[in-house]
Formats: sequence, C-alpha cells, structure tokens
Amino acid sequence: MKDLKVSLGAVTLDNPVIPASGTCGFGKELSNWYDLDILGSLSFKGTTIAPRDGNAAPRVAECPAGMLNSVGLQNPGAHHAAEWELKELKKLFHKPLIANISGFSERDYVEAVEVLQQDSAVAILEINISCPNVHGGGMAFGTDPKMAAAITRAVKRVAVKPVYMKLSPNVTDIVSIAGACVDAGADGLSLINTLLGMRIDLKRKKPVLANKVGGYSGPGIFPVALRMVWQVTGAVDVPVIGMGGVSSAEDVIEMMYAGAKAVQVGAANLTDPLACKKIIEDLPRVMDEYGIERLSDIRRVE
Amino acid sequence: MIFTLTENTSLSPTVYRLVLEGPHGSVRPGQFAQVSVPGLYLRRPISLCRWDENTVTLVIREVGRGTKALRALPCGSRVDALLPLGNGFDASLAGQKPLLVGGGVGLPPLLGLCGELIALGKSPTVLCGFSSASDSFLTEEFLSLGCDVRVSTLDGSLGTKGLVTDLMDACDYDSVFSCGPRAMMKAVFDKTDRPGQYSFEERMACGFGACMGCSVPTRSGMKRVCADGPVFSGGEVIW
Repeated sequence: MKDLKVSLGAVTLDNPVIPASGTCGFGKELSNWYDLDILGSLSFKGTTIAPRDGNAAPRVAECPAGMLNSVGLQNPGAHHAAEWELKELKKLFHKPLIANISGFSERDYVEAVEVLQQDSAVAILEINISCPNVHGGGMAFGTDPKMAAAITRAVKRVAVKPVYMKLSPNVTDIVSIAGACVDAGADGLSLINTLLGMRIDLKRKKPVLANKVGGYSGPGIFPVALRMVWQVTGAVDVPVIGMGGVSSAEDVIEMMYAGAKAVQVGAANLTDPLACKKIIEDLPRVMDEYGIERLSDIRRVE
Repeated sequence: MIFTLTENTSLSPTVYRLVLEGPHGSVRPGQFAQVSVPGLYLRRPISLCRWDENTVTLVIREVGRGTKALRALPCGSRVDALLPLGNGFDASLAGQKPLLVGGGVGLPPLLGLCGELIALGKSPTVLCGFSSASDSFLTEEFLSLGCDVRVSTLDGSLGTKGLVTDLMDACDYDSVFSCGPRAMMKAVFDKTDRPGQYSFEERMACGFGACMGCSVPTRSGMKRVCADGPVFSGGEVIW
C-alpha cells in the first residue's frame, strides 16, 4: 500500500494533488466530473476584496504545448465568496482548502485575508503577487523583492493561517524574490504563476487576446517551472507548492524531486476535467515503477 | 469520452460533416461538444447538429488550424470529445409558430432544434442565409423535416437576393431562435419584438465553466458562454 500523504508545514494532505487557482473555479464545475474529496486540497478562484468582471474577450489562445489566458481575475469579491461560494464548496469538498487572494494594494490583500481566513476550511492563504493579467497590481508586487516583502509583512500581521506567497516567473532572479518573502515571514511559497506571452492573429493582423498579452500555461512551461522550484527550494527553508504544466503522475513526482512538498495542476484541468482524478489514480503505479513507498520520503535532488 | 469517426463528408468548399459514434448523455438542441484535435492543446467547441442514441453529427466550417485538422481525420479515427456541454435552446418556450434564423455555420444547431420543435407539434419556419449558392448547405435537411424553408444569398445565386433578415418581413411568427454571425443576430433582435433565444460563440478553454475563459458581459452580469450559454435570451444580451 503506497502512502500518498504529504505535509505542508503543519497541514497534512491525503495526497499532493491540488487543482490550481483559476482552473477549478470554486469547485462546482469539477464536481460534475468526479468526487472532489479524492483531491489533496483545492486552490479556489483568485479572489479580490471587491468583485471584478475581468478582461474583455477573447481571453484564451492556443499555444504550442499550452495556452494563453488573460481572464484578469474575474471573481465575485471576498465577501460574496465567503458567504456563498465557500459554503457551496464545503458541501462538495471536506478537506483543507487553499484561499488564493489577489489585490491592488497592501490594504486590498489584508482586507481579503481578514474576510477569507475566517472560514475554518481555509487551511492556507496563497497570496497571489504574480497575476500577469491585471494592471496596477498583481504581478507588479511579485517582480520587486521590496514590494513582495512589504505585501508578505502586511499579510502576516493579520494572518492566523499559514501564508504562502505565489511567485511570478516573469523575473530575472526568482530566488531573490523568494528569499525576500521568506525573510518577511512567509510560511511557504507557491510557484510558478503563468509566463507572460502573446499571440498574433495573422488573418486579422491583431493580437489574439483582447488584452493583447496573457499568461502562458500548459506542459510547455513544465521545465521552466521545475527549474525554478528546484532553484528556490535550494535557497529557502520553507515548504514549496510546485506548479506549472504538471499533467501526469510522473510530472507530480518529478516536481517533488525538484523540492516541492505538494503540486498544483492547472491548465491540464481545462483540456481534461478528469486530469486530477487520473493523476491521483495513477500515482501508486508510478511510485511502484520508481520504487517509492511514501511520497513524503522524496528528497530534493542535488 | 472516446468516439469513433464513422463519416467525414464535405458539404461545401468550407463546410464538412463529421459523424461520431459512441454512447453519450441526452442532448438538448443548442448544446455543443469540446472536441480534442490531434496536435493542438485546447479542445475546439463545436455545436451539435443532430444526434440519436449512439451518434452525434457535427457540421463544421473550416476556419483555422483546429477545424482544418479535424477535416483531415479519416473514418475510423478515435475522437476524444466532451459532450453535451452548455445550456442549449429551451424549445418549451417556443410559440406555435417559431422562426429560426441562421446564417452560414450558425445553421447546424438550428437543425436539431427544428426537429425537436416539430416533435413538440410546432410549425417552424426556417430562414437560411448564405453568401452564395456555392457555400449553401443543410437546406435539404431542413426541407426533409417538413418545415417551411426560405433561403437568401448575398449575391442572389440561390433564393432571394439580400440579407437573411430581409426574409423576416414576410414571415408570420411568434418566437425567434437564431444562430449566426453576431451582426446578423443583432439585426434579427432589432427587427423583432418577439421573444428570442440567440446562440453565441466565443474562444473557449475548458468549455465546462471552470476557467472563465469565455466570459462576456450581459445585462445580468458576467456570463460564461460555455456554461451559462451558449444560448442567451435576446433581452439579456448587450448588443
């Protein structure tokens, strides 16, 4: 019997597989395809203190080995999410939840954390300082070590749950951003968010996305994500949730050998709603193939 | 869900028909499939034209790489498709004399709807708009359902010369169902005071409501074309 349990600090998950924020809404849509309770956790739709409509359509585009999105944090706002979406989600899912939180100022982040952490099911606060699709916030906080540290400190002052800063890959040196967050008190890190990209429609001679640029996700970014997780986990001493193009049980295990303690699955959910279920069901076979008894035994390769 | 491709037929220089065989859930007119395309990452949303217990028929216009790759599939291919998706048309809201207005590749979902309306004892009139006779398709299939079919082409090479909405003036109808280019559907909406249902398309990622990749503003807030649509009531749409 393989042991799939993993730990993120004091939070234990039955398995390391977590649908990533923005690819699973608030759980309802994926629950039409499988019982959500098979998941290790679920990182719900990135939520801001005020509701947001997001960007104009088109918001998605085809890419080699992946896709672009420029959804732009469409969400019902933290108060509505706490009163409606989380209550519905808890009827479908009975495991620790990850609250993904975005903002446009320190105060935005702090207020959204104060609202969403009150729910007892929220086990981890995943602070998104890396959304590439909004202006005047989001990724701006995640591309400067001082600003990343400032948001981390502000959130940590009010947080009563572990704080994981979600990092952008669109930086020169992700290790310095990771270090700044950890020095400022982050309990863990999530990485990577999407890579900023673009497509141009040759027939219309215009960008495919109405927002012109968007975040690249899918299997094409897996090697980049893996490298960044490996670099960051070599430099900091907090748990890291690895993500970026993970599409198979092999990818999950590879990400754990890069140093991740748990793994999020993003774009794969959008091309196959059963992706997380298939990965979880396949993990024991892949563990057997590589002689792994307990996922928690996996140590980062040097 | 894995289907077997049992037919791949050209209906016009740019339009073709695929028949997929395999068990599937019950379909409402106006619902769609998310079809996986060999070599591409995202599935492609394609409306369901006809269906029975063990097959679905897709009528597709070749517009880009995805629809070109699907056209190249040989019979016997295994096709991975999620279906049925979306809310579809509500045929129960039709009056006794529904008017169906379709432009080009907007026609396929109206064929399935037409069959359902006839089964409900309604008497639909179908208006089919094309740019030219050479790219017309599906008109015979509508005729074989036994409904009143009228055709317009922009160049007058088939049916009445002009816009499909010009044909509305001579029609007696109590409700409207439409699918086609957005400008055509807006013209339909502007021309009628009858209740109408309009089917939209948008670039999609998941197709089942999870990613918000196809959200559009409506009079009742942001709606996902895939899960809240693709069919919207005319009054809900911000034209």
